This record gives sequence, structure tokens and C-alpha cells, in this order.
Amino acid sequence: MTTRRVFLRNSALAMVGVGSAPLWLERTLQAGEVGRKKILVAIFQRGAADGLNIVVPHGEKAYYDLRPTIAIPRPGSGTEAAVDLDGFFGLHPSLAPLVPIFRQGSLAVVNAVGSPDPTRSHFDAQDYMESGTPGRKATADGWMNRALPGAREASPLRALSLGPVLPRAMRGPHPALALQNVADFQIRNADAAREFEELYGSTADPALRSAGRETFEAVAMLEAVRRQPYQPGAGAEYPRGRFGESLRQIAQLIKADVGVELAFADVGGWDHHVNESAQLTNLLREYGQALSAFWSDMGDRMDDVVLVTMSEFGRTAHENGNRGTDHGHANCMFVMGRPVRGGKLYGRWPGLERPQLYENRDLALTTDFRDVLGELVARHLGNPSLRDVFPGYEPKFMGLVGA
Amino acid sequence: MCCRALASLLFLTVLAEAPALAKKKAVEPPSFQKEISKQSRIDQALNRLTFGPRPGDAARVQSTGLKKWIDLQLHPNRIPENPLLVEKLKTLDSLSMSSQELVRNYPAPQMVRQIVNGGIPFPSDPDKRMMIQKMVARFERRQQTGQEPPAPDTSGLLTRDQMKILRTGAPQQRLAAFEAIPPDKQNEVITELPADVLQALYVAAPPELRRKFELAAGPPQVVARDLAEGKLLRAIYGNRQLEEVLTDFWFNHFNVYLDKGADRYLVTAYERDVIRPRVLGKFRDLLEATAKSPAMLFYLDNWQSVADRPDRARAGRRGLNENYGRELLELHTLGVDGGYTQKDVTEVARCFTGWTIRQPQMGGEFFFNPKAHDAGEKTVLGVKIRAGGGIEDGEKVLDLVSRSPATAQFISQKLAVRFVADDPPGSLVERMTQTFLKTDGDLRAVMKTMLDSKEFWSSAAYRVKVKSPLELVASAVRAVNGDVDFAFALNNQVTQLGEPLYRKQEPTGYSNSGKEWINSAGLLARMNFAINLANNRMPGVKVEANPAEGLALGAPEFQKH
Repeated sequence: MTTRRVFLRNSALAMVGVGSAPLWLERTLQAGEVGRKKILVAIFQRGAADGLNIVVPHGEKAYYDLRPTIAIPRPGSGTEAAVDLDGFFGLHPSLAPLVPIFRQGSLAVVNAVGSPDPTRSHFDAQDYMESGTPGRKATADGWMNRALPGAREASPLRALSLGPVLPRAMRGPHPALALQNVADFQIRNADAAREFEELYGSTADPALRSAGRETFEAVAMLEAVRRQPYQPGAGAEYPRGRFGESLRQIAQLIKADVGVELAFADVGGWDHHVNESAQLTNLLREYGQALSAFWSDMGDRMDDVVLVTMSEFGRTAHENGNRGTDHGHANCMFVMGRPVRGGKLYGRWPGLERPQLYENRDLALTTDFRDVLGELVARHLGNPSLRDVFPGYEPKFMGLVGA
Repeated sequence: MCCRALASLLFLTVLAEAPALAKKKAVEPPSFQKEISKQSRIDQALNRLTFGPRPGDAARVQSTGLKKWIDLQLHPNRIPENPLLVEKLKTLDSLSMSSQELVRNYPAPQMVRQIVNGGIPFPSDPDKRMMIQKMVARFERRQQTGQEPPAPDTSGLLTRDQMKILRTGAPQQRLAAFEAIPPDKQNEVITELPADVLQALYVAAPPELRRKFELAAGPPQVVARDLAEGKLLRAIYGNRQLEEVLTDFWFNHFNVYLDKGADRYLVTAYERDVIRPRVLGKFRDLLEATAKSPAMLFYLDNWQSVADRPDRARAGRRGLNENYGRELLELHTLGVDGGYTQKDVTEVARCFTGWTIRQPQMGGEFFFNPKAHDAGEKTVLGVKIRAGGGIEDGEKVLDLVSRSPATAQFISQKLAVRFVADDPPGSLVERMTQTFLKTDGDLRAVMKTMLDSKEFWSSAAYRVKVKSPLELVASAVRAVNGDVDFAFALNNQVTQLGEPLYRKQEPTGYSNSGKEWINSAGLLARMNFAINLANNRMPGVKVEANPAEGLALGAPEFQKH
């Protein structure tokens, strides 16, 4: 019988193809942490996605009054109609691929959620959501970095972001890796690579020595990943474009067992002030296809994975004069994965009648985004120090994942 | 070759000394009391007070005399600027423009409407005018037809063969093909060429032509590019090295973020007119200049901060904005442990209501708006500020915080972290603090106290700081005497290493502690950069290639200074 421990060691050795196991694995094994790690994938929709046209409150009359030309029609009224979820809310038709995941109970929607800070600046609101400290600009690190349980005994790939720079959410004292793509993470000159590895291995500076070791481990691990041409599982087809490509690589790395615990990807283009409908339809198609491809591709690995989405704020409840919407307040979040108690909607719905709106114009906020993230950090990742992850705030759990 | 000799020397030092150092370290920990050798002192000065030694620098400092050299660096106006730098900066014409001129000469697409309405005049420079006319034409076409203009079409302007060379030829062939196009048609062609073709042409083109390509890629980007390239060129070629290092330090201390709305056009003047002239002056002057700068007022939202009037409170109405007040205390002066309360933050914010900008999107200027000002009584750090004040309320706050011992300590500590060690000795910081307080915040005097200290020239301060990405890239080019034609690719490197210039979103700025820069992705990028630079694969930079240099520049020892 092959234990998980032996399997891990052997696969990693085979992967790295050198005499000694990677340092992180050695340490992981010594620490007795041999089970599969829980994984959290965070998706940021930059530009303020229009939550009201994504999770459509078709049971709300005011919704249709406020949005005469851009509202998503009630379910059953043609191909462009919302796909019903629970008799009151439905998904934008472009998100139809996500409906089966919702029905299986692995996708939850949180409504009227977001940052309590009133700012309507993309810049500030993204900053607050990523630092995890609304209203406080000087926070130096991001919530995802703080969410990493202490411990140096970890894979150099434990926290990774797909993109050229490390996002605010992942910056901080724990090592986290920004990866443009798997193919680029290497030294293209083999002789130089060997010499550098030796130089860093023998330098007197302990910080540079250990960072060097981590680097060459990561290089070796990604080299091994690269050697296996990647074929997504279950015939999953990711849409073309950066976002699909990001999710595809996250899936590839998770499945390669290289020690990923946190992953981040973002997708832009949600700031629809003018002619929203056609643009949102296209963007959501790509978005929904990417998420559903990730779900299929991951297969039973979704037992250990939770994916959560967020956007800096929502958009005005009413449409503007250009068939678009302006910067608003509360929004929706998706939480997907087999550990999720899905198939239902979370968060108190505040309503869209004029007196129910925030500042007479936006969906009011009834759930703090840190309630959602906090629960995932504590109950899914198993990091109990929420006071450090979200300083000055005590997240209230909604029962999104099992205790 | 002297540069080669230097690099090989570095390289050999690394190989030979690494184990020895490890042994030495175990026996005797480096001390802030133990002096370094005379030769090492020159090395220390060049490492910390410049963007890294060039071949021959050590000998030059030796012949000038270290003391005199330092004194000159502390008085940058006495150092004639490098004519080579002046020449190279000339091409980056946006660097000498006012914010208003930048808006006019490099308008963003959102401003096209204002150009059409006559709100912004066309620039007089023919290339810029042409490019903006194009933008306007495209805008009007869209207004009339309600559609995006058709895809670029070069068929009428170029023959099939010309197009083929432009698309697939070697850089010099492409350039020749482009230059064969009659001059009056060139501008037309540029605006229609696909981005990848422009990119390839760019690498081979002379400066004036590069400028046209940059304009075609989008006028507002030119402003950002010039800033970043200017910074790199100054770091690499400037003679007033300490002034440049300090400009980087103080810009970062009073950080603003280029990509936040109107700041795109405000940062150029901010660095040039607010920061650089004051880096060796009085802290109080520097602080006030930043407080009144449109760049800072916009970045930390103070321009929108107006007195709270509960009687007129209405949803969506603007009110007091505390951002600037908070960062002024926490990041610019007292420091997070500087002994102030949330109440102080609010009171400071009230003092600064009405400090605003006239038309920020048009590159507007600072002005005080009494109508937005909260003229009530305030108490800041225990000091009463009487009711009925105007602009002087904010000025009083600046007096108070700039002279606080907490500020003196906070600034001294930060300078010592940058120049001495990540964890500088408290005794040194204390002496710098005393100088700060005695001289009313004379930054030159504080620097002098540091440079006269035993600690600065001690073994515990020698070659212990990890370079920031900017320091690494600039010092590498300097070490191999690279000839920089354009710094665009170097700037991309700095970004990839994790320090996008002028693009630190948070008001904290980048860390001055070297440790922060050590991570896997960064190290790998540093090694690749070193190899690419030494093998002449860095567009815009020519070096005398030698693979050993690549190893030396990517080695652990070169990551520190």
C-alpha cells in the first residue's frame, strides 16, 4: 500500500529529478503534514462588475423600473432572459454554464456584499479590498499574504498569482510568487543556471542563500511541470484570453502537486458606464466559461479547493443616460468548490425600492466581504488567527463551508 | 577593458570570498564600531551615495579626496551636470513641461471632447498636432457614425513588398523600408501600423522617430515613459548622484501614484519642482511643498475634502476626507507610533479643508478655497488652533508636526535604514535626531551627521544592504559602462523586478529595507537580467559582451551594496 507520504516524496523526486528532495517537501514531511493541502483561489473582477445584472433580482419589480433598457428579462422570456436560481434571483444568461454547479450544491452566491467603505474610487476600493482593511490606506501587506499560516516549511509555489506583478492582496512578508506563465519561469542559459545555483548555494548571506534555494526549487518544479504537456481534464475547454489562460495554469499547477495553497488571478474590463449590455454579455461569457472549465478540469480536486470572486464595488441600481451604470456600492460574490454549501444564496437582500437604497442610488450592503473571506480563511484553510488576517474586524460566519 | 576587469574582479571576489566570509562571520559578528579599511570606505561611499560605482569611479574619488567628494555631493549645485545626460534628457521633452502643457501636448482620449470644443488648444509641435488631429478625427467619426472606425488600413500607403519588410525584416531592414517612405507620408503610416510592427521599428529607430512611435502608441503614455526613463538615465549618467539617490528617497517618502486619475499629468512637476530642489534643504519646506502640490492633494483626496456641515448633510454630498490628514501624521511626519490619536487625524483633516486644486484634470494649480474650509476651533496634538482661521490652520499643523521630536526621530530612522543598514544602531539614529531638532530640520545637516559617524563606515554597515530593483538595474549598467540609447527596456526590467517606477499604489512607498526585495520571482528575474545585459540582449543598451560579467552581475554579492 502506498501511503500519501511515500507518494508525495516519490512524485516530487521524480519531478525535480535530482538526488535530494526539495527543501520544502523535506520540511513538510518532517512536520508530518502529509495530507492534501486545502487551497483557496481568489478572483478579482477589476473595474466594478455590475452585480445586479450578474445575479439578477428578477422577483424585484423596482429592478425593472430602475433599468428600463438594460435589465435582464425575467426567466422564461426568451434566450436573453435570466436563468432562474431560486424563484427570485437568476443568473445572467451568459453564466448558464455555472447553473449546473449551483444545482449540484457546489456554487454559492452571496448578495449585497462588499466593502463598508463608502469610496467610489476604483483605486481606493481595490486597495481596501486587497489589503483587507477598508478605510486604511497604510496597510503594507495584503489579506492573502496574512492568511498564509506561518511556517517556513512550505513550497515556494504555495502562494502564486498569475500576472506580471504580485497583486496587493498577496504582498507581504511571506514568500509569494508572481508568474506570468509557467513557460517563462526559468533561466534560459543552462550553464549560467548551474553556476548561479552554486553561487547562491554558497553565499554567506543567509537570506539570499535560502531565497536562492527556493528559487531554484521553484525553477526545477516548474521545469518538471513544463515537461508534461498539459491536457485539461474532462475535455474542459478554457476560453481564449488572459483570464482563461490564468485559470488553466492554476489548475495545471494544483494538479501537479507542487504545493499551491493560495492562488490569485484577476480579470478586468467591468467598468461599463456606456452601452453595458453587449459588453457585459461578452465578458460574462468568457468569465462563466473560464470558471466552468476550471470546475470540470479540476474534477475531484475540487474536494480541496474553494474559489471565491470579488469586485471592488457594485454599480448604481438605476441605469444612466448612456445605457450603462455608474459606480455604486454593494455587489455579489461567488463561492465555488465541493467544500462549499452551495445551491443557495447567502446574505440578506436589502431590496431596491428607493428608501432601501444606499445613498438613494446603490444596492445597500448587508454583508462585509471580510465575513466571506474570513470564513474561508478560518474554516477552509484552517487558519484561526483572523485577527491578524483582518485586523480590527471580527468576521461573522455565514455557514458557507463546513466547520 | 576596464569594465571587464572590474566585473571579473567582482566575480572572482565572490567565488573566493564566499566561504571565507562565512567563516569570519561565525567567529566575529560585524560591528558598528569596527572600522572598515580606507579602500573600503571609497567603495562604501560609492555604493551608498551613488547608484553604484562605474569603472574608474574609485580612482576618481581617490584623486579628489573622499572628504571633498562627499562635500561636493552634499552641494549638488557645485557639480556640473554630465553633458551626456543633458543631451539624452533632451529627447524626453515632457520632463521640462508644466502640468498644463502636458495635458495639452499629450492629451488622454477622454480629453478629445474638450479639444473638439476648444477647451484645450492644439499643441504647436507638428508631430503632436498631427497625432491629436488623428485622435479628434477618429472621435468625430465615431460621433457621426456611432461606430468604431474601421481597422487600420495601410494598403493605400504601402506596397505589398514594403509591408512585408516592415512586418518581417531584420530591424535595420525594417527601418530602411520605413525611411524610404516619403517624409510627408510617414506620419500617416505610423498611425496605421500595427503595434508589433511599431515595436520592432522602435528598437532600431533614432530618437526623433522613436518619439513619433511613442505618440502613436498613445500620447498620455509618453508622459509616464519619460518619467521612468528620465529617472533611469539620471541614475545611470547623472553627476549629482547623491541628489538623485535622495530624490528617489524623498519621492518615495512622499509617494504619489502616477496612475490615479489626474496624477498622470501632475507627477512630472511634483518630482522636478517639489521634491528634487528640496532634498538637502529644510524638512519643513519640503513638507509644505508636498502639502500644497496638486499631485499630493489629488492622490490623497484632500482636494475634495470640505467642511462637514451637519445642518446641510445630504446623501452623496462631499464632506471631510481624512486621507491626507492620516498619512501626513502616520507616513510623512510622526510615524505610526508617533503618539497621535484618531481625534488628531480628524482635527488635522479639518485644518486642511479648502486646500484644493483648480481644475485638476487640466493640470490645475493649488489654491485655498475659504468656502470649503472648516473655520471652527481645532485641537491638534494638544495645541489649540483658534476659530476663524483660513489657510494658516494647515500651515500651523505643518509647523507643529515638522518640529515634533517624533518626526525628527522617524525621519532619521528612515534615512539610516536607507543609507546605513536595515536595522541601524539606535545611537546613530539618536544623534541624527538631535541634529534634526537643533537645526530646525536641516536635511543636509542630518545627512552630514550620518556621514561623519563611525557607524556609517563600520563593518556592520558595509555591503549589507540588498539593492532595490532600481538600484540593481542602474548599478549593473554602470558597472559594465553600458551605453544607454533608450531606457525603455531597462524600465520594464525594474518593473519586472517588482518596483514599477512612479507606480507604487500605496502611500507607504516602497520599503527601504533591503530584505523586502528578496523573493524567488525577483531573484530569478535579477539573474536573467544580468545575463541579458551582459550578452547585449537588453534593447537600447550596448555593452562589451562577456558571459562572466553576466554571472558577476547576477551573483548574490552584486545584489548587495
